Amino acid sequence: MSLLEIENLSLAIGATPILKGVELTIAPGEVVGLVGESGSGKSMTALTIMRLLPHLARADGRVAFDGIDILAATEDQMCALRGDDIGMVFQEPMTALNPVKTIGEQVAEGIRWHTKAGRAEAEDRARKILDRVGLPEAKFPLSRYPHELSGGQRQRVIIAIACALKPKLLIADEPTTALDVVLQAQILDLLRDLVSENRMGLLLISHDLAVVTEMADRLTILRRGEVTEAGDTARTLSEQQHPYTRELALASMHVPARPKPHLAGSAKPLLEVENVGRAYPGRRTSLFRPAQPIRAVDDVSLTIEPAQSVALVGRSGCGKSTLARMILALDKPTAGTIRFRGEAITGRPEAALRPARRDMQVVFQDPYGSFDPRQKVEKLVAEPLHLLEKQPAKPERREMVAHALHEVGLGPRDMDKYPHEFSGGQRQRLSIARAIITRPKLVVADEPVSALDVSIRAQILDLFAELNQKLGIAYLFITHDLTVARAMADEVLVMHEGRIVERGRAADVLDHPRSEAAQALVAAAPDLHRAIARKMQEQG
Amino acid sequence: MTAYLLKRLIIAALTLVLASMVVFAVMEILPGDPARLMLGMNASAEQVEVLRDQMGLNAPLVLRYLRWAGGLLSLDFGRSYTYSVPVIDLVRERVVVSLPLALIALALSTIIAIPVGVFSASRQGRAGDTLTMGAAQLGVAVPNFWFALMLIYLFAVWLHLVPAGGFPGWGAGIWIALKSLILPAIALALPQAAILGRVARSALIEVLNEDYIRTARAKGLPYRAVLWRHALRNAMIPVLTILGLQFAFLLAGTIIIENVFYLPGLGRLIFQAITQRDLIVVESIVMLLVAAVILINLVVDFSYAIVDPRLRGRQ
Repeated sequence: MSLLEIENLSLAIGATPILKGVELTIAPGEVVGLVGESGSGKSMTALTIMRLLPHLARADGRVAFDGIDILAATEDQMCALRGDDIGMVFQEPMTALNPVKTIGEQVAEGIRWHTKAGRAEAEDRARKILDRVGLPEAKFPLSRYPHELSGGQRQRVIIAIACALKPKLLIADEPTTALDVVLQAQILDLLRDLVSENRMGLLLISHDLAVVTEMADRLTILRRGEVTEAGDTARTLSEQQHPYTRELALASMHVPARPKPHLAGSAKPLLEVENVGRAYPGRRTSLFRPAQPIRAVDDVSLTIEPAQSVALVGRSGCGKSTLARMILALDKPTAGTIRFRGEAITGRPEAALRPARRDMQVVFQDPYGSFDPRQKVEKLVAEPLHLLEKQPAKPERREMVAHALHEVGLGPRDMDKYPHEFSGGQRQRLSIARAIITRPKLVVADEPVSALDVSIRAQILDLFAELNQKLGIAYLFITHDLTVARAMADEVLVMHEGRIVERGRAADVLDHPRSEAAQALVAAAPDLHRAIARKMQEQG
Repeated sequence: MTAYLLKRLIIAALTLVLASMVVFAVMEILPGDPARLMLGMNASAEQVEVLRDQMGLNAPLVLRYLRWAGGLLSLDFGRSYTYSVPVIDLVRERVVVSLPLALIALALSTIIAIPVGVFSASRQGRAGDTLTMGAAQLGVAVPNFWFALMLIYLFAVWLHLVPAGGFPGWGAGIWIALKSLILPAIALALPQAAILGRVARSALIEVLNEDYIRTARAKGLPYRAVLWRHALRNAMIPVLTILGLQFAFLLAGTIIIENVFYLPGLGRLIFQAITQRDLIVVESIVMLLVAAVILINLVVDFSYAIVDPRLRGRQ
């Protein structure tokens, strides 16, 4: 018998249809993956099962959990189910815990509420489940507050809250999207173990096809609120009967064409980083000992040649963003020198940096956060033009903006729109247009595609490749995503605890990692080819 | 935690010293010779000079500041020019009226505002919310002396429940004294409650959209439990800030209400002292209020740390 049965579920918020005739079943002990791009209705499906929908949402159809009609249940019945028989894990570990309550209080709260256990007993059970998710009492006492934990540790607390009462069904909505690949692999392992220990059903929601393939027994693919294909993971992905399934799979593995590969040593280096370090003052542990500085970046050297594409990969907190900020002269190194086109940029006054800033631009991860919502595209894209020696007149400036927009695949009419009128992918095109308008020699891209859906991501990677081929722009990609490194980079640098521990040609490093840090990254990185092959063996 | 508290304490002490210098300097600059004022227009220049020597007004500036500041620390504020009694006696008489009044008003305002804020926030956009916030808008807009007059009319003139004004003193019995403070306290509290209620509502609405509220709901807690246990404490920071500002206002800014109810409070004392150019009384009360405001801010800072563990720093 199925644990969860969703039949012909339709959902509308106000007059906007969100879900149309969704069908889904989960049996005890089964892992079902729900895949789709942003806005496809994945999260809304999950919230319908929890009956935590926003106001004005109306659901029709049948959702039955363990024989209970969810859509007809009273709020009291739902409160009894939530957190007891159905647990839920959310995407954003940094904000999903109450900052003013200890982790012990937050885990014990649900236990006390549902079992009417006393404080001591509930805390005892909270201690056990926290220990089970990998937060042993000795290192993580119940009295810790969320801000004292890292993102991965917080996600473990959230899983502990969701699994404290051994739910029959766990819903995990993008549980690892905000984490780096090594943490992601650990969290996925934990979820897999909890499923087999308790014969728990798991609904795993993700936009990442590789993650879902590794985890799920069956797949349901959602597009614009409708199920396009559902079935066993191995069969669905190997046969790819529905064109959208094939589209998703292709986009996930997309490698942009770069017919003119870069030849190493072909020119004088564009960027030289020599023995650069960045130390922050540490906390004093004793009145009598001086505080030990924290070395975010420690003795790093690298070079980038014109038109070369370099990927800097590493786990979150390894110092890669700090290094990027120093290269962009947004932060000052405490040791070493950085030279751009042969001229040192370290320790120079702001006015002297103008030529360097003009030839070195940046693209950030979040296409939503990096634009002022009150300014028109013309002004936003033209922003770096103030770095030019001669300020262009207005018609000339419009001409330049139109040209930059054309190069990233947008039209001249988009110039008079505001950022909110664009989709996430289009906004990332805008930030690339802004980066290339001064015809830079180097673009630093900090996780430029992590916030994008797979199909959009493939298009943006194509755009990066095209601009590299056409305009000869060199790239420094900063990413924890090895597929980006594989797709885009001539050379890969692996960073670990502030140091560069491995470097080499992209294929060499990614296929035959030598350092421990690189091996950990490669082993943890989800890979669709590998995952499908493994599923094929398992499922025959 | 201790580091945070210590830092706040040092800042508060420094602020107090700085404020005392400013108050002293302003009093120095103001025209008018206290000795001349005390002796009257007919006194001779020699008589004035002798009194100035007696009062220590001819000593160097720094010495006079230190003497004055030292006096403040030992609660010796000097003598009032017009009443010829120690300023501290005048102040003490008035503080026993003003401080309880401010405390009662503050308590009332909080007791009204928090439930109103919770009620409104939990019914955001619905009829109950619109109605309470409409009433709050009215409470902010209508001046408190108008409330005072209406309250006097209703409870004193019509129902004869409480006196219409005056203060019998705490010697007359606690209950009798409290009865004459209750109407002014309500009149003071209503507009404050209206403001505080609106602040509580908007802070709560913001918090209710946070991810951790959804986490708490997913644990199976009913909406009301989530509101009181998880949302309210997180919404307390802006509420505490406003509460601190309101307390400072209630201590010093009650002149109008004190006049409506004929209460012998600090507000009326400072008003009288200003009209009579009794500068030493003005100076002392200003200093006292500055100290009170700094103390309140210190208490607010401490309560931030109690509410929000992130401010305590790592142990």
